[in-house]
Amino acid sequence: MTKPYTVIIGLEVHVQLLTRTKLFCRCSTTFGAPPNTQTCPVCIGMPGTLPVMNRAAFDLALKTAVALNCQIAPFTKWDRKQYYYPDLPKGYQISQYDLPFSHDGFLEISDPKNRFEAKKIGIIRAHLEEDAGKSIHDEVAGQADSRIDLNRAGTPLLEIVSQPDMRSAIEAKAYLSELKLLLTYLSVSDCNMQEGSLRVDANINLHVDTPAGKVATPIVEVKNMNSFRAVERAMEYEADRLWQEWQETQQRLGDVPKQTRGWDDVADVTRAQRHKEESSDYRYFPDPDLVPVRVSEAEIAAARQSLGELPADLRHRLERTHGIKPYDSDVMVSAGRGLVDYFVELAELCGDGKLASNWVQQDVMRTLNEQKIEIEQFSLRPPQLCALLKAIQEGQLDTSRAREVFIEMVASGKSAAEVMKAQGIEKVDENELVELCKELIAANPKIVADIRSGKLQAAGNLIGQAKKKNPNVHPGRLREIVIDLVGKM
Amino acid sequence: MSLLRHSAVELLAQLASGQTTSVALTEAYLGQIKQHDPQVKAFLRVDPQRALDRAAEIDQRRRQGEPIGRLAGLPVAIKDLLCTQGEPTTCASKMLEHFKPPYDATVIARLKAADAVLIGKTNMDEFAMGGSTENSAYQKTANPWDLARIPGGSSGGSAACIAAGMAAMAVGSDTGGSIRQPAGLCGVTGLKPTYGRVSRYGLVAFASSLDQIGPLARTAEDAAQLLEVLAGHDPLDSTSVNIPVPKYSQTVKQPLKNLRLGLVREHFGQGLDGEVEAAVRQAVEVYRSLGATVKDVSLPHARFGVATYYIIAPCEASSNLARYDGVHYGHRTDEKELLAGLAAERTALEAAGRHAEVDALDNPLVRMYRQSRAEGFGPEVKRRIMLGTYALSAGYYDAYYLKALKVRRLIRKDFDDAFQDVDLIVGPVTATTAFKLGEKINDPLSMYLVDLYTVSANLAGIGGIAFPCGFSAAGLPIGLQLQAPPFEEERLLRAAHMFQQATDWHRRYPALVS
Repeated sequence: MTKPYTVIIGLEVHVQLLTRTKLFCRCSTTFGAPPNTQTCPVCIGMPGTLPVMNRAAFDLALKTAVALNCQIAPFTKWDRKQYYYPDLPKGYQISQYDLPFSHDGFLEISDPKNRFEAKKIGIIRAHLEEDAGKSIHDEVAGQADSRIDLNRAGTPLLEIVSQPDMRSAIEAKAYLSELKLLLTYLSVSDCNMQEGSLRVDANINLHVDTPAGKVATPIVEVKNMNSFRAVERAMEYEADRLWQEWQETQQRLGDVPKQTRGWDDVADVTRAQRHKEESSDYRYFPDPDLVPVRVSEAEIAAARQSLGELPADLRHRLERTHGIKPYDSDVMVSAGRGLVDYFVELAELCGDGKLASNWVQQDVMRTLNEQKIEIEQFSLRPPQLCALLKAIQEGQLDTSRAREVFIEMVASGKSAAEVMKAQGIEKVDENELVELCKELIAANPKIVADIRSGKLQAAGNLIGQAKKKNPNVHPGRLREIVIDLVGKM
Repeated sequence: MSLLRHSAVELLAQLASGQTTSVALTEAYLGQIKQHDPQVKAFLRVDPQRALDRAAEIDQRRRQGEPIGRLAGLPVAIKDLLCTQGEPTTCASKMLEHFKPPYDATVIARLKAADAVLIGKTNMDEFAMGGSTENSAYQKTANPWDLARIPGGSSGGSAACIAAGMAAMAVGSDTGGSIRQPAGLCGVTGLKPTYGRVSRYGLVAFASSLDQIGPLARTAEDAAQLLEVLAGHDPLDSTSVNIPVPKYSQTVKQPLKNLRLGLVREHFGQGLDGEVEAAVRQAVEVYRSLGATVKDVSLPHARFGVATYYIIAPCEASSNLARYDGVHYGHRTDEKELLAGLAAERTALEAAGRHAEVDALDNPLVRMYRQSRAEGFGPEVKRRIMLGTYALSAGYYDAYYLKALKVRRLIRKDFDDAFQDVDLIVGPVTATTAFKLGEKINDPLSMYLVDLYTVSANLAGIGGIAFPCGFSAAGLPIGLQLQAPPFEEERLLRAAHMFQQATDWHRRYPALVS
């Protein structure tokens, strides 16, 4: 049923860039070190210190912005965003305000399950800034002590702000998945939400159909979403809640100040967060300690050169070259470049993209999951697996027996031929098969009668009997012969 | 002649020839400090033993023929806003009373590498905000020429200690005139380099786009020696400029031929003291006699200098000083008292039934910020933080900060235009000689106008030098200021040296230098 409103969602994503050192000093960015061990006078904002830009961080950000089809500003500067918070040691965050280094890009999303049409989500801007530290609130035994860990302070963050182009929770999740995949392919971030290297805030409202036309409801910002699934659920919840609210209040955009709500992952609801009436004034101004950054056309071209094949292009190539379906290309591309490379090698060796795709997605990926390993650590390399697929293609064994062989190959490290030999699997001679079928037909007049009357599934019984006599018979071929012989009777 | 009356260059020669030792020299200055600093109050901290140990170590290295730095054994005083590793760096603020930086400022590292003896940290206006050194949280420095008068500021301690013969050279910083103005009022030579010439790393920031570190010394030759050590690109300061540092100490002695001086029309208007004007005009005649030509130039936007400065500097200061919140740095108010005070306020409000006010009470964190900053900063610092916070606020930014930036560009353009026709701009440093302690302390506006002739150089980012060109009838020094195009410190020093070769104002000493 069509709902009487359109959901409007825009997302702000913060990603930590995978640099060795921080944005404005040379401290390590490694996650998980003991508190305040990855700090220096600069990143803890000690009096007298000065920031110096880490060019590697800027280059990673540039690469990402180019991959997001953004316009790159030839001249960009740093601004101070000023507010007081105990984990912000300077009393301001170095960010970019009115001249971000990139703007006006897009990311294309699609859904293999076809729940929405493929579309471009606009990117308003992507800018670079430093991360704050972490406050750890310890209220053990009523002590209410707060501690501060500044290891994270100064880690490079890329803030990517989308246009409000998403029209459903599913689209929001698809955007995040595609963005994460892109960032992973670019090796610019590990996108680990648990470790905080990818954080999402959402802005959502409704455009309600009324007799007087579309009416926008007040925008709500939703925070505290710790997984893509949480974003999806929060957006579903919030859209419903906004609809309820509209029906009760008829409040339009501008009637009330923007509200901030937090997602409660356990209770499955959003809750209003305390907010002040006046919007915070960050008193942005250009940071006089840093010089503006100029980006040349040559640098932009070099960034473009360094991108490699991006997920969207890769999916199209797999579909075109190996004849697989969008769903299958999506599963494999989403599993990472290593898996795709494995698939491509296998498909080229065995010459059957669909067969290779099935085996990679089912048996290979299941094994990786079970063993909790990456494709690079998987012992069965494409040439070995291809030998098994060839045996299937040649009718030496069926899929279910091949699966047993596969498991044994993985377990023992033996080749397909060795395992098949050990299990006595060999191709049965065609004449031998025909003889066997004649024997069975003679011995089972009732079943034959059933087959003759059109109950072709009755042949299954004969196949079962045949496999008892000779486990190597290929069930498909056997079935063909039986039906053929019965037909000639 | 007493060691105290020698220039640094003369002392370096005596050290090199073995005529004196660093220990003897350090003892002489320490003696002078001991005898007169209780009245002058130039120093916030002196560590005699440490200075003497360092002097002895350098003397020994010299005796043993080991390589030694270019300022080896020379006692140098440091303005107390330059970070010195493991030693207090207070910015003359209660806020940083207990701050001991774990690192050296780049200029301190350079001085140590040059084997200077760091004799002590000098007094200043709190966070360099002021023009009289009366804004120090610790003490008021006196002008060695008249102990009832101010030495200028904010580098008042550094200027006074040179005038009083308590150090061979001193390092200061200049945001709106804080080297040149006290140099002028104390009768010493002080140079504010071009923005970017000297690394600011380790200089506790007042206004980042205006601050610049520079030398204070007895003579232009001395200043050249010190600047050569201080200047140069620093990878830790991206605003420091990567261009070679001239050999100031060598070129300073070369007179400038066909020097073209510009006399700024706007500098000789209302408010300029007659004695100061006469001395400045007399100095210009000295230059004429040395072959210089003089012409009038105009800096039409100079009159907006002070107004522009008092927008930009407080804006940057309000941001730079945000880190002193009692969490990481600076004074933190007593926690028990704070919580007790809040609880008492709450009880009182509840008892009075004023529930709305109970809800509006600060949470303890916010109250800690407020109270720590209220206790840690002095009135002038608070005034500037408020000015800057206001000017950067939404709705005011364009009218104040952005407009000030535009005027700043016009002021720079004035200089660029003027330097089309002249090599240097010459004029007064201040409108009057040193005023009395306390005279302007309750009149911030007249205090701000003390920067009238100096702020424009900071706004334009160009260099300037101040040195004595006469004395008033009351015996107070009168300063002359030269300003040069960007990165022409060499020209400033050579011109000042020419003057000092022809005059002896810089070799006059207050009575307390025997």
